[in-house]
Amino acid sequence: MTINRRTLLGAAAALPALGGLPFRSARAQAANTIRIGVLNDQSGTYRDLSGPGSTQAVQLAVQESGIAAKGVTVEVVQADHQNRPDVGSTVVRQWIDRDGIDVVVDVPTSSVALATNTLVREKNKVFLNSGAATSDLTGAQCSPNTVHWTYDTWMLAQSTGGAMVRAGGKSWFFITADYAFGHALERDTGNFVKAQGGEVLGAVRTPFPGTTDFSSYLQQAQRSRAQVIGLANAGGDTINSIKQAAEFRITRGGRVKLAGLLVFITDVNSLGLEVAQGLVLSETFYWDLNDKTRAFTQRLGAMPGNIKPSMVQAGCYSSVLHYLKAVGDMGVAAAKASGADAVARMKAMPTSDDAFGEGTVRADGRKVHPCYLFEVKAPGESRGAWDYYKLLGTTGADQAFRPVADGGCALVRS
Amino acid sequence: MIENLLFELEMAAPQVILGLVNGAFYALLSLGLAIIFGMLNVINFAHGAQFMMGAFVAWMLLAWAGIPYWGALVLAPLLVGVFGMAVERTMIARLYKLDHLYGLLLTFGLALIIEGVFRNGFGSSGLPYAPPPEFGALDLDFDFLFLPGYRVWVVIASAAMCLLTWLVIEKTKIGAYLRAATERPELVQAFGINVPRMMTLTYGAGVALAAFAGVLAAPIYSVNPAMGANFIITVFAVVVIGGMGSIMGSVVTGFALGLIEGMTRVIYPEASATVVFVIMAIVLLTRPAGLFGRG
Amino acid sequence: MADTTIAVAAPLSAHEEAGFLGFTRAQALAFGLLLAFVLVSPFFLYPVFLMKILCFALFACAFNLLIGYVGLLSFGHAAFFGMGGYVTAHAAKVWGLTPELAILAGGVVGCVLGVGIGWLAIRRSGIYFAMITLAAAQMVYFFCLQAPFTGGEDGIQQVPRGALFGVIPLGADFTLYWVVAVVFLAGFLLIHRIVHSPFGQVMKAVRENEPRATSLGYRTDDYKLMAFVLSGTLSGVAGGTKALVFGIATLTDVNWTMSGEVVLMTLVGGLGTVFGPVVGAAVIVTMQNYLAEFGAWVTVIQGVIFVACVLAFRRGVVGEIGNLLKVRL
Repeated sequence: MTINRRTLLGAAAALPALGGLPFRSARAQAANTIRIGVLNDQSGTYRDLSGPGSTQAVQLAVQESGIAAKGVTVEVVQADHQNRPDVGSTVVRQWIDRDGIDVVVDVPTSSVALATNTLVREKNKVFLNSGAATSDLTGAQCSPNTVHWTYDTWMLAQSTGGAMVRAGGKSWFFITADYAFGHALERDTGNFVKAQGGEVLGAVRTPFPGTTDFSSYLQQAQRSRAQVIGLANAGGDTINSIKQAAEFRITRGGRVKLAGLLVFITDVNSLGLEVAQGLVLSETFYWDLNDKTRAFTQRLGAMPGNIKPSMVQAGCYSSVLHYLKAVGDMGVAAAKASGADAVARMKAMPTSDDAFGEGTVRADGRKVHPCYLFEVKAPGESRGAWDYYKLLGTTGADQAFRPVADGGCALVRS
Repeated sequence: MIENLLFELEMAAPQVILGLVNGAFYALLSLGLAIIFGMLNVINFAHGAQFMMGAFVAWMLLAWAGIPYWGALVLAPLLVGVFGMAVERTMIARLYKLDHLYGLLLTFGLALIIEGVFRNGFGSSGLPYAPPPEFGALDLDFDFLFLPGYRVWVVIASAAMCLLTWLVIEKTKIGAYLRAATERPELVQAFGINVPRMMTLTYGAGVALAAFAGVLAAPIYSVNPAMGANFIITVFAVVVIGGMGSIMGSVVTGFALGLIEGMTRVIYPEASATVVFVIMAIVLLTRPAGLFGRG
Repeated sequence: MADTTIAVAAPLSAHEEAGFLGFTRAQALAFGLLLAFVLVSPFFLYPVFLMKILCFALFACAFNLLIGYVGLLSFGHAAFFGMGGYVTAHAAKVWGLTPELAILAGGVVGCVLGVGIGWLAIRRSGIYFAMITLAAAQMVYFFCLQAPFTGGEDGIQQVPRGALFGVIPLGADFTLYWVVAVVFLAGFLLIHRIVHSPFGQVMKAVRENEPRATSLGYRTDDYKLMAFVLSGTLSGVAGGTKALVFGIATLTDVNWTMSGEVVLMTLVGGLGTVFGPVVGAAVIVTMQNYLAEFGAWVTVIQGVIFVACVLAFRRGVVGEIGNLLKVRL
């Protein structure tokens, strides 16, 4: 074993690697323990949005579920998938095969979420997705073991596209990240715009990734004289587009509005109100929406990085709370024995919590709740830290998400 | 038809300036790379990370010490330059006798460390840095579009800095030493000039140029840990196209490619990220040493 | 070129050159240990983890062929690895090919790409070579992002493992492990065979002194290109195998960070050593596995290892051991 022993010793010099070696034998498991694994981005683009804050939200849900009083212990672990599907699926496999994880929570980044979706179904555990955008999770790739909780691309396109037209933004021009995600967002949103009687004047495809300067695209958008510039991109691209739109005064005089199709409150925070003001976006949760959301935020306490909870983090709280209710209802043994049964129980029970209010989980795994169209406040309107949004419109829970029949989910086809 | 042409021209004029803005960053970054490579024979993979550091230091100076943009424009390159010199002394200096590739590997590792540390400290969503209001005077406001004065300033400042660097290297005594030491280090050493110290200073200067570009970029782009990584691969391609033989060559190539990229954004936006790489391939096929390269 | 080349292995003295498959005695012993580890470990360790190590080990060995024996540092090997993965995944999922043919398809695409990129890149050497391969790989990345068959940022998901030769189903991790082990060992021995062939000797001559090799009548560019193509082909095979193991092919594997990772693996194990890339891959994969819970510090630690290796540990783990025992491993 010389070489391989030395391999390990070499690694051990840098860190205690032996503990990290995935031995084959599974750990002894207590029958009355539920193990929750929070898998998300702890180091990259989605860290602020999900990251350690999601774990904190899950821990609050565990506390508030009152499940401990029923003699059930809940353990929460977290891991970083680094936005890499191979890292993510390795973690999930080991969690399930070796560590006896029953539930995987959060998982932003669509590619990792889809990989997790497949694995969790194969192993018959539970997947509560909050962070990913892809509507395939409840469509072509829907699974009896998965609940997609917080938002998806269809919902964002429908709310921002449809509600925006109703609010007066009739003509649109898209700045689209030139890859499948951007194209889909542009197409879906464009369809909703047209369905509401608006028109799409054009689009410009920006190379992805690697575009840092959006000014010439913004000018092309401006030349189209559209009332709304739809940003069919995400992350750093969206941030740079918004920042440069402010710099080039694209929105001055209020003639043109920017609509972000995938923007989160953490992005608004990093942009600052001076730059982000007037931006229109959709979310399903805002910490300052009503008394209940404020109470939830209060209970959550100080978050890492001094942020307020994002909708993704709120979704982690809400989904785990509902799952633990189902566990309490059906018993730990049954919930651990079959993830699909646990999810079926979740679908049978109405949801209720401070973050999202009342809602349901549909047969295709889609959690439905209302969706809100917000406009970012001007610095003068904001009354304090994280007072960022004013509400423009609400889409009811029955309208906010893609109808079950349109998703092509095999679970509901029969 | 003619109306159409006028429309295109109207579109083109601001695009030239916008292209030059990107060209300004390419020029500053490839200039720094060329200086470092010329003297140290090291390709500085950490250049993008040091560019990012410049932007972050500007942000810190403003947020923590209240030092505004103009102070940052001087201080940030100095601070990051000093950091660079410390890196050169403690690490890079040990590699001069080895294959150049080790310098590339070392600086690649440094880039990972710097990026990771900033990501841990500041998250990855990016931080806001407002352009100073003074540039309002330079704003170009046509009725059909608005060109922020700050962009104009970036082009001017970067061109001036490139010219200054060129003058220092070509026309001053220090520059003469530097050029001599690049060609025949032993001989220069024999004349009693401290070559290791010159190498340290050169690396510091190259890094400072990157940081200077970073401060210029801070108000335009989101100040985030990945901002340098976005640039550096394109800048490498620029360096391959220009060849690293001449200081002026890297500056000219930088501006020219920025311009070409800018025009591509109007004519065929989908290709604007790849056009630099396509040009690189063509140059390699016809002039493997690069446009301004020596052998 | 600089005074010292990047490869570290000392030339062999005559009495060392002997034995089984061109291995020296020490190498044969080490190979025996490697073989034993490959055979025994799946009974103790988690097979998926081991398969990941083997895929990366093959990838690192292929990369090492170029840097260790031709002296060319490629910073764009992710292009072959990632494209191999995509093509294998597509072949298995959409064309319904059996796994061995799907992996072969991955190798073929690695070969074709190797011809294209190599033809461009071997015009320069040293640092320029590194930058050109980096830029070329970036083009491949853009292509993968755009091409409809790759599924954009979602990648190709739910790739079936299929049945070997259409007969043996590979759904179980334990069964698939043996296939991966065979692919790895075949690739490893192939590289070893090539390096010890007359062709390999010329490659080394090119590394040590290209003008002299040219003056001896060798068309050095042809040799460099062939080495590059071989390296690309095996990287494609490694990427394809990984895609089957995980059932996914995504942009991660074509990203330039993956190119950096394979450099790191080889560097940690020992550039130009026979067993170094394998050990390096094992160390880095184990580390990533362990660090998954630590999140944000992964890149920092990888960077620190890079710096430490370059400054103090240039021979890598295997190189240091070999130096200690005064043998080549």
